[in-house]
Amino acid sequence: MESKEFKNPVVSWIDHRLPIFSFLNHEANEYPTPKNLNYFWNFGSLAGIALVIMIVTGITLAMSYTAHTDYAFDSVERIMRDVNHGWLIRYIHMNGASFFFIVVFIHIFRGLYYGSYKAPRELLWMLGVLILLLMMATAFMGYVLPWGQMSFWGATVITNLFSAIPLVGENIVIWLWGGFSVDNPTLNRFFALHYLLPFVIVGVVVLHLVALHRFGSNNPLGIDTRGPQDTLPFHPYYTIKDFFGLSVFLTFFAAAVFFVPNMMGHPDNYIPANALQTPAHIVPEWYFLPFYAILRAVPDKLGGVLAMFGAIAVLFVLPWLDRSPIRSARFRPIFKIFFWLLFIDCLVLGYIGAMPAEGIYVLIGRLATVWYFAHFLIILPVLSVIETPRPLPQSISQPIFSAAGGGLAGAMSAPKEKVE
Amino acid sequence: MKRFLVSLIGIVMSLPVLAAGGGDTVIRQAEWSFSGPFGHFDKASMQRGFQVYREVCAGCHSLKYIAFRNLADLGYSEAEIKAIAAEYDVEDGPNDEGEMFTRPGIPADRMPSPYANDNAARAANNGAYPPDLSLIFKARPNGADYLYSLLTSYGDAPAGKDVPEGMYYNAAYSGHLIAMPQPLYGEDVSYADGADDSIDGHAKDLVNFLAWTAEPFLETRKRTGVAVLTFLILLVGVSYGAMKFIWSDVKKA
Amino acid sequence: MAKSKSKTSEMETSQGKSRRDFIVVASYAMGAVGAGAFAWPLIDQMNPAADTLALASIEVDISKIAEGQSITLKWRGKPVFIRHRTADEIRQAQDVDIDGLRHPEGDEIRAQKPEYLVVLGVCTHLGCVPLGQKVGEVRGEYDGWFCPCHGSHYDASGRIRKGPAPTNLEVPPYAFLSDNVIRIG
Repeated sequence: MESKEFKNPVVSWIDHRLPIFSFLNHEANEYPTPKNLNYFWNFGSLAGIALVIMIVTGITLAMSYTAHTDYAFDSVERIMRDVNHGWLIRYIHMNGASFFFIVVFIHIFRGLYYGSYKAPRELLWMLGVLILLLMMATAFMGYVLPWGQMSFWGATVITNLFSAIPLVGENIVIWLWGGFSVDNPTLNRFFALHYLLPFVIVGVVVLHLVALHRFGSNNPLGIDTRGPQDTLPFHPYYTIKDFFGLSVFLTFFAAAVFFVPNMMGHPDNYIPANALQTPAHIVPEWYFLPFYAILRAVPDKLGGVLAMFGAIAVLFVLPWLDRSPIRSARFRPIFKIFFWLLFIDCLVLGYIGAMPAEGIYVLIGRLATVWYFAHFLIILPVLSVIETPRPLPQSISQPIFSAAGGGLAGAMSAPKEKVE
Repeated sequence: MKRFLVSLIGIVMSLPVLAAGGGDTVIRQAEWSFSGPFGHFDKASMQRGFQVYREVCAGCHSLKYIAFRNLADLGYSEAEIKAIAAEYDVEDGPNDEGEMFTRPGIPADRMPSPYANDNAARAANNGAYPPDLSLIFKARPNGADYLYSLLTSYGDAPAGKDVPEGMYYNAAYSGHLIAMPQPLYGEDVSYADGADDSIDGHAKDLVNFLAWTAEPFLETRKRTGVAVLTFLILLVGVSYGAMKFIWSDVKKA
Repeated sequence: MAKSKSKTSEMETSQGKSRRDFIVVASYAMGAVGAGAFAWPLIDQMNPAADTLALASIEVDISKIAEGQSITLKWRGKPVFIRHRTADEIRQAQDVDIDGLRHPEGDEIRAQKPEYLVVLGVCTHLGCVPLGQKVGEVRGEYDGWFCPCHGSHYDASGRIRKGPAPTNLEVPPYAFLSDNVIRIG
């Protein structure tokens, strides 16, 4: 990395010995970014900010929370009623989880649409999937902490998934619980891990960023940048764009926190946990619903669990399933259709996850599950062979189209990206 | 791609509502002063609701997250709160002899429960646990209308519906059979301010009171929310303008 | 490189630029204000909560304290000594030559009513709780309280008379609500 000259003598002195300012200048100021990114590229930085919001509100909540089955529910109510601004901090944290997932899901679908997982960004993508997994674990354990009915029964159901593992399943569940049911030891360790995992996420996010900055952002055209004419310095162009995106995001977020704070929660979680009475409808948090639907779609206990984890595992190997050299769906007409079918499929799975497992819902859930796996395991590999892509533009800044893929040169009809 | 975002948020937001459908229960709707972005509590109604709670509900239902000092939110003065608190016996101790003792309540105390513990509460009510009411408003879907309906929907079971001993017919309750006997009949609590003391009036006052016990910070929340949203919408405009200015030279190129 | 770059940008500064700068600066300034507003609840949540504040002042019925007896209360997590002083003790406390004291304070300043002395039972040296509350406990050379940690002697007005403590036992804010009830805090 080249070191930069700084006018301020203190900055210069420090930078000579500890080049943090050069680093920041290189990675956050000059950092060349494709000039044609659309608003879907805002969601990466939004996810980072959501993580920071969750960590600072979480740490402050932990100052008043008591991880004990006798006091957890009461301590949360004390936060809501007596701690200064406690209701605000708790509602931000509660809704923040949902908004974090909304942002991350959009971020993932953006990556799927524009082929951001393809070479040379496979590790970047896999680190992202790892972050998703860690987020799911963190969110699940966080939901247990208020020790309401949904907390308790959610913890019971999810930990029981591990009992499906042959031979050692039962022992693993007892090990997870620290007892013979979800109880105080479980709550204690979930709190410890819920506090720990976000910092592990921060670590993986740093790696995610290192991998990102190795080759820079993908872009809506999915072609590599070919020089300074294709890029803009990150600052001020993308700092202000991210800032604008942040203000829009915060507006939606604040509307939820202040006016419908319990909309994405479940009323049963305002009933203290009761180990002797299961609520009529156990529903996980909305962001788990598609996975929950996949779990229930398989009529076998172990099979269901494997399918659910498989739904994430398949994302890890996605860069090797989709072998098409063209990244952006813009130039892959058939892939584009299947992308939207997958998107709808995920929404259907989410809907089915919220419905009772009976009647027509079971059938729809199974079909949607089959489609989900077929998309990744059959459709994408086949498409990479049979699909004829549209011609690619030569570079981001020049709307001239070269012969790509099938060798057609239909430059006239090619889409032109408006820079925003 | 933009409809992508809109539809995702839309569907996601509607999921919990879809999930929370009820069976054949009859829920009646009413107007509530606390709903809407500018919602506020009706203090006179809350005071009456508190009176209904004390005279009717408190025999079985605790309100353990409410301290007497919180009653200031209902418009009571410090002296009135002290007087109300002193009417209750609060267990304290142990004293120097190691004994628990009772003393008159002080504003810092939380409302004492009618039963010593959950099992005592169950034993006194044929095994049905009368839940704490502090959070009941938030612990039921569509809390306001649901509680209002529950309190006013007792009646005779339709022909063919068998009502076992110790159960009561209620059209708003899931399954229509509830272990709680009809609590309100109208005119059983006499209001000093001459307000509507029909069963409907009692129920509405009680719901106003329970909305407050569940979310005493509701007014602050909504007031803060209006200020924060105003600021953020302004920020969206200003930052959009700033973005357009900064990007203006890129578009020309 | 960096120098010449900044030079040209200085030269480019014109009215169009300043309007542009204004809205950019304004948006980031609003961001800073928003971040500050968000930081405040996170900081303020560490201040005493409403239930803690509700117990920050307590009311005590002192009618049951017999003459020559003391009671110890917990107030804001610390012991408070309330002593119903005997006529002898009151005379002793009042007859002291204030000028000779390490921390000169008249007894009439320390006790609103001479019969009752209200002090924090925390030695001003290093925070131990002095002895002398219970019948039979050592009360030090000045018939008040004695701190066993480092040997500070307090008199019947809670004033430091001998030993390492720098100041008298602190008198908490209190008021007589009636003849028999005082509010501390």
